[in-house]
Amino acid sequence: MDRRPVLHRRALLVALALGAAAVPAAAQDPVKVGLVAALSGQSAKSGEAITRGLQVAIDEINAGGGVLGRRIELVRRDDESNPAKGLVAARELVQREKVAVVFGGIDTPVSMAIVPFANGAKAPFMGVWAAGTPITRNGAAENYVFRVSAVDELVDEALVAQAARKGARKPGLMLINNPWGESNEAGLKKALAAAGLPAAGIEKFGNDDIDMVPQLARLREGGADALFLVANVQPAAQVVRSLDRMGWPVPVVSHWGPAGGRFTELGGPRAETVDMVQTYSFSGRLSPKGEAVLAALKARYPEIRTLSDVTPAVGIANAYDAMHLAALAIARAGSTEGPAVRAAFYEIGPYQGLIKTYARPFSPGNHDALSREDYIFTRFSGPEIVPLTD
Amino acid sequence: MLVLSALVSGLAQGAMYGLVALGYHVTFAVSRTVNFAQGSAMMLGAVLGYVLGVREGWPMPLAVAAALALCAAFGLLVERVLVRPFVRRGSEAWLMATVAGGLVLDNAAMFAFGKEPRALPSRLAERPVEILGLGLYPLQLVIPVVGIAVAAALHLLSRRTAHGRALLAVVQNPTAARLMGIDVGRAVALSYAGSTLLAGIAGLLIAPLSSVTAEMGTLFGIKAFAVAIVGGIGSAPGVVAAGLAYGVVEALATALVGSSWTQIVVFAAVIGSLALRPNGLFGAAGPRKV
Repeated sequence: MDRRPVLHRRALLVALALGAAAVPAAAQDPVKVGLVAALSGQSAKSGEAITRGLQVAIDEINAGGGVLGRRIELVRRDDESNPAKGLVAARELVQREKVAVVFGGIDTPVSMAIVPFANGAKAPFMGVWAAGTPITRNGAAENYVFRVSAVDELVDEALVAQAARKGARKPGLMLINNPWGESNEAGLKKALAAAGLPAAGIEKFGNDDIDMVPQLARLREGGADALFLVANVQPAAQVVRSLDRMGWPVPVVSHWGPAGGRFTELGGPRAETVDMVQTYSFSGRLSPKGEAVLAALKARYPEIRTLSDVTPAVGIANAYDAMHLAALAIARAGSTEGPAVRAAFYEIGPYQGLIKTYARPFSPGNHDALSREDYIFTRFSGPEIVPLTD
Repeated sequence: MLVLSALVSGLAQGAMYGLVALGYHVTFAVSRTVNFAQGSAMMLGAVLGYVLGVREGWPMPLAVAAALALCAAFGLLVERVLVRPFVRRGSEAWLMATVAGGLVLDNAAMFAFGKEPRALPSRLAERPVEILGLGLYPLQLVIPVVGIAVAAALHLLSRRTAHGRALLAVVQNPTAARLMGIDVGRAVALSYAGSTLLAGIAGLLIAPLSSVTAEMGTLFGIKAFAVAIVGGIGSAPGVVAAGLAYGVVEALATALVGSSWTQIVVFAAVIGSLALRPNGLFGAAGPRKV
């Protein structure tokens, strides 16, 4: 009589063991990946774009069986564009949530705060927007920071080349007065020197400045025949409105800041004449991959109806490719351990991505998957960002 | 040309500082307290103007009237909840309370309005007109006119009318004023409503030139407070004059020395002016009570 319960227990154990083996991959603990980005504040739209790019890639990977036989799950934290908050969030994601890779946001200062922690904790950190040169070129002996985005120093070379193409001989610099502006001041000076062009002047402005006429008037007096613009959408809009008031038809070549918001709504008609660097645009003729990703975006996020809802495309496209590259690295590493994943990043490729086909995206000497040849120049047309076709 | 253009844009910019700074003056003149949520009230005017006039599609005059009425109501609320209870206890904590009130409003606005800067269109800020070879939006000329007119009206109101003199009596001696039949509580509450109303007007005037965001009032509020102190917070014409001077110095510094030097030059000028005239350019030292 007292044997029956024992039998039952054994039967139960056997059943459990059999069951565990038969459980589909997806029911195991997921592989977590983290995102630390601005989900609120002026740059909230950037965090939304990155989230969408990552999520669409994750959906694709999970539909194909996940990675290491496990589902991928995204864990997001808001850095509020604040470096201290970003660092706390990254630490929490790595130490408590045990994420395999941390993805970063739009703000270079936040990413710069996370870089030393990522290298110290041996946690792979993937930049998908912030373009500050030293984020990936950080001098660490074991560098855990990778990036699928533009690099300021290379963008500055591209901006100078674009201005020269438009016939500029003496461009002026209009820069936001913060570390991002400073990093580009150095880069633009270097690129101008390399191209043998003098600068007409260097002017700065604050994020909340309304009237940039005094700065622009100085550059005009200095003989500027083109302007380089480095600023986010709000001050950039004030720059073009001031140009409009002055009636000065000087060509403007811009870093990608204005793409982060409603540049034409805020800046008026003159905003449509600004050349802007981007890594990707969903406008124009798309590759089959581009069509597929756009369709997936529309299906998952019904609020995306027109192409103006997928601007800025860079956040979506960079995040999408970066997520796939990270999944390939995790699969290659066969584990989610930081050092193994880092080593695997060097071994992946070729991968046919959204922005381009990555032959060998990363090597010990190069942690940036995109190079100058991958940048495109675009303009706003109404609310949409379209590639220049010249 | 460089100097002329800086002068004109400096005057337009300075008039905006002056208009917000007048709000600080109004409550100070009546109650010796200051509403540090003034910058947030300016933001409230602009955000409500955008939400009602653009998002909800109300006719603009109606949207502006409603926005200003709500700004005035915000002033009444600030006085009732964040100032009066502390003043009654003889505490100076209204200072921190109004700062905190402004932060609460900024964040609530960010939550309700959204995080993206939006444009408040105005026919007065669409096409520039050319004056003396300079391009200006008509609105840039309207703002100094409004600022100077409001300052003049306040000055006349307080010096030439019985009502205005009654308000000023409140600050001299509240007890005596009360004995003379002046409703002190009402006078102070009205001054708060007036101060946030002015800030709301400033917000609605500035928004078409810049953009509407939940954070637009923060820096403006601080600069306007510097202007109020430099001008002599007790004097309406002084505050507006200091606003214009602040804007002109800012623009001239940028045009002549370069934008890297703007803040250094401007705040050195603020310190210098306070060292020379500690009570402000137009302020008078009050009688000291021993």
